[in-house]
Amino acid sequence: MRTLEQTTAEVLQLASTHFKVPAGSLSPEDDFFKKLGIDSLQALEMLTRLENHFGIELPDYEVQGVSDFRTLASRIQSRL
Amino acid sequence: MLDLSHYSSIGEALRDALETYAPEICLIEADRDRETHRFTYREFKRRALPLARGLQDAGFGAGDRAAIIMTNQSKWLISAYAIFFRGGVLVPLDYKLTPGEHWQLLQHSGASVLITEYPIWRQLQADTAGRAAASKLRHILVTEAPANADLAGAHRWEEFNAPGKPDFVRRARKDTACIVYSSGTGGRPKGCMMTHENYLEQCVALTSLYPFWPGVRYLSILPTNHAIDFMVGFFGPFTCGATVVHLRTLRPEYVRDAFSKYKITYVSLVPLVLKNLQKSLQARFEALPSGKRKMFDALVRINKAFTRERPVLSLSRALLKQVHAAFGGELRAIIVGGAFSEPETLQFFYDLGIPVANGYGLTEAGTAITVNDLKPFRADTVGKPLPGMELRIVAPDAEGVGEVSVRSKTVMSGYLNEPELTAEAIVDGWLMTGDLGRLDHEGHLHLLGRKKNMIVTEEGKNIYPEDIESVFESLPVKEFCVFAANYIWPKRSMVGEQLVLVLHLDSGQTLTDELRRAIAERNNRLLNYKRVHGVVLFEEDFPRTASLKIKRNVLAERLARLDRAAAVLPL
Repeated sequence: MRTLEQTTAEVLQLASTHFKVPAGSLSPEDDFFKKLGIDSLQALEMLTRLENHFGIELPDYEVQGVSDFRTLASRIQSRL
Repeated sequence: MLDLSHYSSIGEALRDALETYAPEICLIEADRDRETHRFTYREFKRRALPLARGLQDAGFGAGDRAAIIMTNQSKWLISAYAIFFRGGVLVPLDYKLTPGEHWQLLQHSGASVLITEYPIWRQLQADTAGRAAASKLRHILVTEAPANADLAGAHRWEEFNAPGKPDFVRRARKDTACIVYSSGTGGRPKGCMMTHENYLEQCVALTSLYPFWPGVRYLSILPTNHAIDFMVGFFGPFTCGATVVHLRTLRPEYVRDAFSKYKITYVSLVPLVLKNLQKSLQARFEALPSGKRKMFDALVRINKAFTRERPVLSLSRALLKQVHAAFGGELRAIIVGGAFSEPETLQFFYDLGIPVANGYGLTEAGTAITVNDLKPFRADTVGKPLPGMELRIVAPDAEGVGEVSVRSKTVMSGYLNEPELTAEAIVDGWLMTGDLGRLDHEGHLHLLGRKKNMIVTEEGKNIYPEDIESVFESLPVKEFCVFAANYIWPKRSMVGEQLVLVLHLDSGQTLTDELRRAIAERNNRLLNYKRVHGVVLFEEDFPRTASLKIKRNVLAERLARLDRAAAVLPL
């Protein structure tokens, strides 16, 4: 079972790879809309990739209003 | 379609629709690739009436207000039907707002009933102060709550039924049917009081151009609280016996699949989604091998030649078979609304044989004011006024550009509890839209900027600067104010609108990295589409009224003397 820290690190790694930003330039508190320069549709695409990576189903409503990596990771963690 | 001139209320028309179209499919609901519900009109009625009876037994009746905060799903429409059946006033709220904003609007609307989903309720109930302020709220119904969930005094929607036939409550055409919030979550809430007549008339006008009938399938993606989806994703299709398809997720891959799986006839999208769709299609076309690409371009040219005067769907579907197959093969039009669409995007789809019903409207006017009637298709305008809509340009300049104003039976009766705001918005029976435009010789409306201090995002969100200012309140500066950049520096365009934060720093203070961080930290508390995009430094005291309110129009005039490109510092 992953810890929240591990989950968060994996979320950051996946986001940096997918959106081609340097690994290490993202931190858990970052607002992913702003830091990655993405819109709500791209955020949904990122969620799908995260679901595939973690092998979970994360309903859209669970991430409603979430915009930082840490909270996103905690929502994922609760479904692992 | 039902003859809506015979009806006095939404509830009455829907009640008859459920009888008239009893064996037709009215609702399909899918969660990802799993279909979860499929109801005929008869089954819809069987589910809705016990809820109406439950509301009746709880004392809910004529003129009582009930709010819905839900994502698009079957229980949204079933609940709305039950509310209208009991003569209630529906308050549809945007599920994307924060709990604080929800409670504020629940309090403002005076709702006595709230119907919501469990994940939303989980967040709402944590805000105890907000809940205490919404003092008129008596009953809270929560859908899909887990078996062991603590609902903190709320009822399970699924169990809020009562045996026995509910009594139908009649309403008059001029009675309020819905209170729809067009803005004001942070400042002064603007609750548009929409009458039954507003909806009945708008439905007749819209369906005369874009008809529904049994067998038509409408894919409901825009939130149902939004005026467009409420009309074309609920009231319109129901009064024509058509089918509404709900998806519980908006992931692009499932939305794409839904088109072919459910043979969608119409869909409504916001410009942002339409543009994304265009980009992904263009990428696919560009990836075609050279020979195929040439063939494809030739077919598009042929399609353009034959559809110049009007759409010829059968021909377009035959010529560009693969493109149309990707949309299910039965798509008649994409309805786009909520914000301004770029002509190039609209033309792109029309050239593929997919008409885009672009138009212009605002909640206060009862959804749409103008719509493209496709006779012929015009990408450069927002269409002609709908039947029954009088439109005039107030104080036009030499080029005919002035404020757009409208008079129609679809215009709201006013803003809830705001007679002054209502008097400013509706002058001698004409709704002043605050948007600038001109009419051309063919009667098409061209939109050319705004007179009002607000922006509309590509996602169709109306943002008023006053509503987001509170987040910057503790900023260590002398004074600040948020503006729509185009309000200060008028631009004859409706795209790429942005908000700016105007700062008057203390004497000797500069825009340090620390201050930038303080701004960014506060800005990030706002939902992403509400954020300011730049800072403007202003070195004079802000002009204020006797009661110390900022005179925004005067300040904007002074700011306009600055060069926009140099004055707006990116965040």
